[in-house]
Amino acid sequence: MTSTETYNYKVVRQFSIMTIIWGLVGMAVGVLIAAQLAWPVLNFDIPWLTFSRLRPLHTNAVIFAFGGCALFATSYYVVQHTCHVKLAFPALAAFTFWGWQTVILLAAITLPLGITSSKEYAELEWPIDILITLVWVSYAVVFFGTILKRRIPHIYVANWFFGAFIITVAVLHLFNSAALPVSFWKSYSAYAGVQDAMVQWWYGHNAVGFFLTAGFLGIMYYFVPKQAGRPVYSYRLSVVHFWALVFTYIWAGPHHLHYTALPDWAQSLGMIMSLILLAPSWGGMINGIMTLSGAWHKLRTDPVLRLLIVSISFYGMSTFEGPMMSIKTVNALSHYTDWTIGHVHSGALGWVALVSMGAMYYLIPRLFGRELYSLKLVEVHFWTATIGIVLYIASMWVAGIMQGLMWRAVNTDGTLTYSFVESVQAMHPYYIVRTLGGAFFLLGAVVMAYNLWRTIADAKPVEVQIPEPASAH
Amino acid sequence: MTFTLFQSIWSIVVLITFLGIVVWAFSSKRKSAFDEAARLPFEDDQLTDNDKPSAE
Repeated sequence: MTSTETYNYKVVRQFSIMTIIWGLVGMAVGVLIAAQLAWPVLNFDIPWLTFSRLRPLHTNAVIFAFGGCALFATSYYVVQHTCHVKLAFPALAAFTFWGWQTVILLAAITLPLGITSSKEYAELEWPIDILITLVWVSYAVVFFGTILKRRIPHIYVANWFFGAFIITVAVLHLFNSAALPVSFWKSYSAYAGVQDAMVQWWYGHNAVGFFLTAGFLGIMYYFVPKQAGRPVYSYRLSVVHFWALVFTYIWAGPHHLHYTALPDWAQSLGMIMSLILLAPSWGGMINGIMTLSGAWHKLRTDPVLRLLIVSISFYGMSTFEGPMMSIKTVNALSHYTDWTIGHVHSGALGWVALVSMGAMYYLIPRLFGRELYSLKLVEVHFWTATIGIVLYIASMWVAGIMQGLMWRAVNTDGTLTYSFVESVQAMHPYYIVRTLGGAFFLLGAVVMAYNLWRTIADAKPVEVQIPEPASAH
Repeated sequence: MTFTLFQSIWSIVVLITFLGIVVWAFSSKRKSAFDEAARLPFEDDQLTDNDKPSAE
């Protein structure tokens, strides 16, 4: 039996479609700047197309536009479906969509113009920061408003992860973006010197921990069980690793500042907390993958499930690599090299992008009442994306370790063996392989966009009724 | 109370809270409630049989 009320799918549809579009834009910019590193002539001597201006455009587009839209879409969908209520405050929900798209457009205009606060992953200037704050507070009101009026007594674990992500990102954004404006498009950080660096990386690493991890674990905890047709492997493990993750992530930031002016004890604390993080991270990874226990055969026939499971494997891989790289002696080799870039992309392409794409394959057909156009094309996407990721991260491992070794090599008389430019020259072949890997990944995304476009091309939006509260207990 | 003492006490409070959560989560009393919670995503299925949990 169902009530006559329907879920709010409109805002979910809007965010889902923009996820695909911003994904293509952000990844295309990524391939361009990867190519610029291999062939610098590709900036055409145009200031707006230089690496320094397009790189923040790329990171903002893939993290906040592609990843952000995916998180809005999935959290709005999951919170309604696990609370059995319509989204609270529909006008505010619509504002989060249009407000967030405005933020993205403003980023796409200001960053190539060179307007930047120069804080990594928080480059946008103060007027845009204020708009972000308004959108984010509205997001929190809509999300927690929906939780408050839920008709199911229990709050499903995915919502805990989404909730932690929303609250923490609000706090991080407010503190790190505190600045003194000197003109409409220029401001200076409220902090100075090493304090500024510490606040920046407290923000920076928790943007990874809460935006790119907690939020996407929320996606995992709903869409993997749904696609596999099995409940999550261990619910108690999900509770424990949620709290462990929340308690520890917030301390890991100092590992970005090893061997700097940051006090030594703070560096060591950051390293220890980063090592401890392996446990909650792998708790989530094991829980996600083991959800398939007893149903492994589904991987053979369901490419969407395979995409999701491979994404969790990359999550496990990069959360092993991360703590290892946070060890001071390892960091002495890896820091400032392309190894870091490889590590980030094993998380960003392998985990964040693949789990979002898997969720979109699940979501978009259901939002339009259609079957997916082609499973064969999902298969093609899966393989091009996987090959792309492997090319990308393998080339960056080799490049990064080589850079680190060249920079620290000394002759018997104590002089440096290599000049810096020699290490740059040595990177050339690896930068070409990396560009190729990125291009493969982008090609996979294009195949996905085509597949989803064919799925919904002549479809009409559907209304889905909310189940009667009788099913609650 | 010095700030260092406050920090030390706070660390212990947080640790004990976390251990409490672990004990609570793994207590046998919670098992049936958690099993039920884990099936939450499957309670509003009306689209396809695909979405239903397999009866294994």
